[in-house]
Amino acid sequence: MDFYYGLAQIIGVHTLLGLSAYIVLLTGQVSLAQAGFFAVGAYAAGMLTVLLGWPIVPALAAGGLLGAIVACAVGFPALRVRGLMLVIATLAFGEGVRLFFFNFDYQIARGGIKVGPLGGEGFRQIRYFPENGWTTLEVMLFIWVLVAAIMALLWWFDRSRYGAVLRAVGEDEVAAQSVGINLTAVKVSAMTIGGAIAGVGGGLYAHYTTHIEHTSFNILVATFAIAYPIVGGLASVFGTLAAVVFVQGFLIEGLRFLGDWRNLLFGALIVLAMNLRPHGLLDARALARVRRLFGAPRDA
Amino acid sequence: MLELKQVSRHFGGVRAVDGLDLKIGDGQIFGLIGPNGSGKSTTVNLVTGLFPLTSGTILFRGQDLAGVPVHRRLGLGIARTFQNIRLFGHLSVWQNLWVAQNSPEDRERRGFVARWLGGSAGVRGEIGELLEFAGLAHKQDELAANLAFGEQRRLELARALATRPKLLLLDEPAAGMNVEEVGQLRERILSLRGRGATILLVEHVMELVMGVADRIAVLNFGQKIAEGTPAAIQADPLVRKAYLGGEAK
Repeated sequence: MDFYYGLAQIIGVHTLLGLSAYIVLLTGQVSLAQAGFFAVGAYAAGMLTVLLGWPIVPALAAGGLLGAIVACAVGFPALRVRGLMLVIATLAFGEGVRLFFFNFDYQIARGGIKVGPLGGEGFRQIRYFPENGWTTLEVMLFIWVLVAAIMALLWWFDRSRYGAVLRAVGEDEVAAQSVGINLTAVKVSAMTIGGAIAGVGGGLYAHYTTHIEHTSFNILVATFAIAYPIVGGLASVFGTLAAVVFVQGFLIEGLRFLGDWRNLLFGALIVLAMNLRPHGLLDARALARVRRLFGAPRDA
Repeated sequence: MLELKQVSRHFGGVRAVDGLDLKIGDGQIFGLIGPNGSGKSTTVNLVTGLFPLTSGTILFRGQDLAGVPVHRRLGLGIARTFQNIRLFGHLSVWQNLWVAQNSPEDRERRGFVARWLGGSAGVRGEIGELLEFAGLAHKQDELAANLAFGEQRRLELARALATRPKLLLLDEPAAGMNVEEVGQLRERILSLRGRGATILLVEHVMELVMGVADRIAVLNFGQKIAEGTPAAIQADPLVRKAYLGGEAK
């Protein structure tokens, strides 16, 4: 059973990673910086519980806050460029963060052993959950309470005027500024919210794996982050969740019996999925069908 | 309301707009006409700030617009429509008007939180009026991309009005419309005038400009070649030459 709880933990954390890219993608910006914010949140929250003995909730909040601050600071210069240039700029930032943690040592002695991040060796012994006697099930439930809360918040944002403005900017920047929308404010705010979500996700990741290192935040993670909302579709936050379940649950875990052939099939299946559902796994029509199924009125 | 002083915009060696002087009074409907490529749309883009000026000054209600970014010009009261319609196609008709509510009045009245995160209930009435005006009330939940061409033009006009403009720039609003639709557009423009709007109307369709404008300026190769009442413009030999290529008599 623990295997499934562990899988649910991975899906929960990757959903946060995907949602952090989702809100940025709504404004039409492809960001490969989300793994960087994820790393900042992971190291910050881990250091707070391990080195300073903070409880988990404030440590996660601090990780989210730091992720938001870094994202806001990165957003101002990065969002001046667009398209491919933005991809390169955010990729450079993400790699910069990874290399920072590759060189980052900050260890103190605690209970006879040294704890804290140690450069390329990584940051081991983030043992808040086992030390406080949380079972895998409890950790999994804790993660999913947070994922559900953040998804609900984003879903509400999406239906508010703010969500409509994000989508307007994503569709046509010239028209958006011509109706009085401040592009910089909208894009940077989306980036900041995305940074906060990635930071919280990183904090959760650090604590359920108990061991993080710079390679946990490489380009592959950044690619996954942006792939989830693209594969899932931008019609709603549930598309991202569907994509994470599809990729992590089915492609990575479900096909494990194929051995080395899995990696080959992995790419092929993503291409196939995008061809069969060009607007994402959960596009607007699929959502409308679900809504009718539950008898909900069409929203305006 | 709006004053252009010796405004120029050069693209490389091309003088798209060259030393243009214009003055549009409060409540006026000002027509700007001229052959293709004469600098009409460039003028609109200069006033809204999409392009910076090469030289010259634009004053809006006495304020110099130099360095004021596009979205702030809207806050001052300048709104526009586009020659090639630019709607938010994947938003509903209703949402297209919702996102445009960025006037200082709206900011003040609704407050930050309600304006950004509030639901749609509070503003349904106001947007409903605009939808009535544009004749789109029955299509409010339709995606803008699914509208017919004429409907898209009407929605774009309504979206500009949703920003509560003091000056409305219409860039070829009748392009691609049939005679009946042009007639309806004319009624709408006249009814806006009745409410005291100031309008800069850039247009190719002469029946429309001649019918609604108080004053008309004619551009050719980026320069103003004539300005006056519709009747005076129609009689002007230089204008006839620019349009018909004939001899100036």
